[in-house]
Amino acid sequence: MSELSMPRCWNRESKPHRFCPGCGHGLVLKALGLAIDELGLEERVVFACDIGCSLLAWDFFTFPCLQTHHGRTIPVMVGLKRARPELVAVAYMGDGGGYAIGLQHLVSAALRDDPITAVLVNNTVYAMTGGQMAPTTLLGQKTETTPFGRDEAETGRPFKGPETLSAVAHPQAYLARGTVAQVLRLKNELKRGLERQLQGHFAFIEALSTCPTNWRTNAAATWAFLEQDMSSFYRPGEVAVMAGKED
Amino acid sequence: MAKAAELESRAFITGNEVVARAALAAGADCMFGYPITPQNEIMHHWRRLAPQQGRLFMQTEDELSAGFATIGAVIGGKACFSATAGPGTVLFQEPLSMAEMMRLPVVVVVQQRGGPSTATVIYSQQELNLVCFGGNGEGLRLVYSTGSHQELYDYTIKAFHMAWRYRFPTFVLGDGYQAKMREPLQLYDPAERGFGPIPKEPIFGSVRGEGEKPLLHLRNSFSVEEELSEVLGRHLEDYARAAPELVEHEFLGGAGGELLVVAHGIVGRAARQAVRELRAAGRRVNFFRPITLRPFPEEALRQALEMSGGAVLVAESAQGQLGKLVRLAAAEWGRPRYRTLYRPGVGITAEDIAAEIEEAILA
Repeated sequence: MSELSMPRCWNRESKPHRFCPGCGHGLVLKALGLAIDELGLEERVVFACDIGCSLLAWDFFTFPCLQTHHGRTIPVMVGLKRARPELVAVAYMGDGGGYAIGLQHLVSAALRDDPITAVLVNNTVYAMTGGQMAPTTLLGQKTETTPFGRDEAETGRPFKGPETLSAVAHPQAYLARGTVAQVLRLKNELKRGLERQLQGHFAFIEALSTCPTNWRTNAAATWAFLEQDMSSFYRPGEVAVMAGKED
Repeated sequence: MAKAAELESRAFITGNEVVARAALAAGADCMFGYPITPQNEIMHHWRRLAPQQGRLFMQTEDELSAGFATIGAVIGGKACFSATAGPGTVLFQEPLSMAEMMRLPVVVVVQQRGGPSTATVIYSQQELNLVCFGGNGEGLRLVYSTGSHQELYDYTIKAFHMAWRYRFPTFVLGDGYQAKMREPLQLYDPAERGFGPIPKEPIFGSVRGEGEKPLLHLRNSFSVEEELSEVLGRHLEDYARAAPELVEHEFLGGAGGELLVVAHGIVGRAARQAVRELRAAGRRVNFFRPITLRPFPEEALRQALEMSGGAVLVAESAQGQLGKLVRLAAAEWGRPRYRTLYRPGVGITAEDIAAEIEEAILA
């Protein structure tokens, strides 16, 4: 990566970063860094990451970064934001943290319209722990805990985050699903998510991402799984808030 | 902060209200809470009183969120607390273990209820193990066990100061009796008793040690054993260095005693009364009450044992949770003769203790 293409707010001392080759986290964090650069928010942002692979971003930026516990990134940022409303809070997590162990925090923050920007990386597996089924694992997808493919009868259907939150979020909240296959579009969605926080509202952006290590895929198969399998079930784009429409 | 004149007054209120008023008087900025009996009225009073003074309250979706939101606000440089009990104290172990690892001055008031599990909403002393050693670590915490409403007020104020001065998560350990009963106490302005503003500061940007850089990146996970060992080793050293400055206890009696009665919290109060009455009747019985359970006043306990001929009666509303701490501390003294009055989840009166003392001395 050339010096020019690296976001200004990336902490150069912690680069090259620690994610596996082919992992999508680096692209999500690049899009996030560019969004923060373009909005000129570097002096105001506090970034918190989950455990799981996202913890590898604990020193990723030049602004304050904090590594929390599994699924607890959102309540930490909610507490910080209540105490210091002038800060811009970014809660960064994986799909296990946001949709399984910490789902109550995600739903509650959306319900309360907490002014934070939550960013969730969906790679369809628990990656750091060795590739178990996540709430986002696609039907038929093989993982260590679904070795013969995810079976709906046994495990239910994959979880659609932004669509679920659209039933509870504040009408002014921002909900979107981006993908590392379209980094500039993802950057713009993250920008809108940050701007929505500045306007006093909750923002949630899911980013479809890749995990060749646990998918056991080569470059071509990795990209095909992201762009075809994942993107056809998890449709990228902004998600309208349905809550409040009945009022 | 309220004016001193408003604070200087006698009050006859419940222990839960005492905690809320103490936190206000101390200058605490926010409380994150989740309902569980018997601590609810701490939230109720804080919610009614605190926003008028520009302080914050938030009712969270669960205890995990209450604990982690407290952590977030503490990182932002605010003096924050929560309160819980029983199964809530179990859930609080997760955020508290993070606070322990990252040296975050989180304050939690625990009003103990019966256990294990849901048990009773009434009373016990069964949460000692949890508040002292509940995390997946070494128990680098500060725990004050109170025995009266005056102490609830005094130590809630002190908890904020000590948490921020020493940067260890700090507990005020009460119980359902203390939470719900009313008794008189003296309210006061902490500044007039040597407690000025809480020494708080934003954690990001703060500097821990000499020659160290301002904190910018905070983590609680490490890649290799040696890395953890180095960080934890520093915390353990800090804790060992702070312990002699932190330990507090109460002793009643003198040399030549026949028996040492050891109890904490509200059972300590019953034990004190029993010992006073028996001493007035000419019995040479001594009384020791640890006020800090972590760190434990070990040296003071050994001195008390020395003055009591090595005979001990431990009384608690738990099955030996205090007893274990006493045995551990006494091991360096020698081999005391133990008697125990353990009633897990059940109250203990001065009469119960007096009867046990009589039997112990006769035996």
